[in-house]
Amino acid sequence: MPESIINVSYIVAAILFILGIKMLGSASTAVKGNRISSLGMLLAVIVTLSKSGLDYTWIVAGLVLGGMIGLVAAKRVQMTGMPELVALFNGFGGLASLLVGWSEYEKVRTEGWGVYMEKVGDAMPGQWFLALVIVLAVIIGGITFTGSIVAYLKLSGKIGGTATIFPLQKLINLLVMLGAVVAGCYFITIVDNQTAQFWLWCVIFLSLLIGVLGVIPIGGGDMPVVIALLNSFSGLGAAAAGFVITNTVLVVAGCLVGASGLILSMIMCKAMNRSLGNVLFGGFGALTSSGGKQVEGEMKALSVKDAYYVLEAAQSVVFVPGYGMAVAQAQHVVKELSEILERNGAEVRHAVHPVAGRMPGHMNVLLAEADVPYEQLCEMEEVNAIIPTVDVAIVIGANDVVNPAAIEDEESPIYGMPIINVHQARSVFVLKRGQGAGYSGIINTLFFRENCRMIYGDAKATVGSMVAQFEE
Amino acid sequence: MELILLLFTFVLAAFLGFELISKVPSQLHTPLMSGSNAISGITIVGALIASGQQDYAISKWLGLAALVLATINVVGGYYVTDRMLSMFKSKKDQ
Repeated sequence: MPESIINVSYIVAAILFILGIKMLGSASTAVKGNRISSLGMLLAVIVTLSKSGLDYTWIVAGLVLGGMIGLVAAKRVQMTGMPELVALFNGFGGLASLLVGWSEYEKVRTEGWGVYMEKVGDAMPGQWFLALVIVLAVIIGGITFTGSIVAYLKLSGKIGGTATIFPLQKLINLLVMLGAVVAGCYFITIVDNQTAQFWLWCVIFLSLLIGVLGVIPIGGGDMPVVIALLNSFSGLGAAAAGFVITNTVLVVAGCLVGASGLILSMIMCKAMNRSLGNVLFGGFGALTSSGGKQVEGEMKALSVKDAYYVLEAAQSVVFVPGYGMAVAQAQHVVKELSEILERNGAEVRHAVHPVAGRMPGHMNVLLAEADVPYEQLCEMEEVNAIIPTVDVAIVIGANDVVNPAAIEDEESPIYGMPIINVHQARSVFVLKRGQGAGYSGIINTLFFRENCRMIYGDAKATVGSMVAQFEE
Repeated sequence: MELILLLFTFVLAAFLGFELISKVPSQLHTPLMSGSNAISGITIVGALIASGQQDYAISKWLGLAALVLATINVVGGYYVTDRMLSMFKSKKDQ
């Protein structure tokens, strides 16, 4: 296929991506949007395959292998396992960008700079530019890869989800970053020298290290920000790879993803009233001395049977799910209970805090999986407006997002974070495994309130026995 | 010259991205993220070009590894997003 048709097809693919992303932003068009963007991808792949002089033997094998792995993984995953799968896919995309950059360097090295520069001609202002974009693709791709892998391990519970802090951490991280920059500069300045290869390896190694070191100190509840940011990075990595091979479609698509991921992480930060810098470098989840005032009062436990009596008489009930619901896989029983409550004459809502769970919109996915009707899902502002009229608020595995200290205690580390004001409801049931503090180690003053009762145990079992009580 | 155009494209795409995403309801955050994650697999195009080379053994193998990874990212990403969105949809039809 002639080059011009390929380029026009790339433009069409870019338009399909843009339309796709736009349509993903609204509930009624989202399914179509995703399919349109996948069509764009298919088009881009097909026209690339039609480029002259490609050796197909291995390409087909690679496409089939990758396609099968992706399909099986995506088919098998439970909705509760969604955050870690997205993190994993994201990491693969990052590593692919790293490898594309590296591969181009190896090509130049074997071919010789003279021949290569002659071939690309005008497209590159000089060796330094190619070297620069290779370094960028490698650094961004490398950080995305290991960062996403660490996020994957944290989300899937293979390593502890809390922040890991060690002495001199910030200094070490700074030195490693500085090292990557220095190695990158060396690579760029002596790129046509044989020692350049060594410096590229240094850049690769250090960028992989940055990804690990960067995500390790970030605690569980801050994961939504990190996941969104890594998503942004994988896009930027692809855009950098696009500069390496001077390909417009990579630049456009990669940059779109970069921008959208960045916006999403800003939205998440805003929902926690913290800056991006604070999330990334604050080591927030590792706070041991929680700060803030001492709490008066005690936590009062409640039996499922007593909870049943209250729920039986309730006119309006709000469920507030959090990460604990995902862990206990309680979404289906929650839906069952909410149906029973509705039949019993109560008005039921599910209030979702923007950062509840471990990825943006995590709770919405789980509730959708359990077939909770769309109309019952409320965002934080909506539910806060009516919360004083609510008879029972049931908090399932959420903690910091319902902590009244965020609005009342100026010394609290989470002061200023918007919360769901469940403490204003007539009564609050908190379903929780034990008495411990949440991931952030901050004492939740809600638990000590007059109108709050704790129901200890596994959330799924607890809600299940409430359902059983109603059925008796 | 081509480079300037490429940079220009990059800047415009960035602005477009910001404009497109700034108002998205929170229940769509996860599908939006996993859908855009699939788009970031566009690096598959670079991987195809790299792995299809006749010569340059090392470069080709690196490209092939990139191809497998990027394909996982693309196929898995789109499929999982579609699965997620179909859950949202079936519920609205009821």
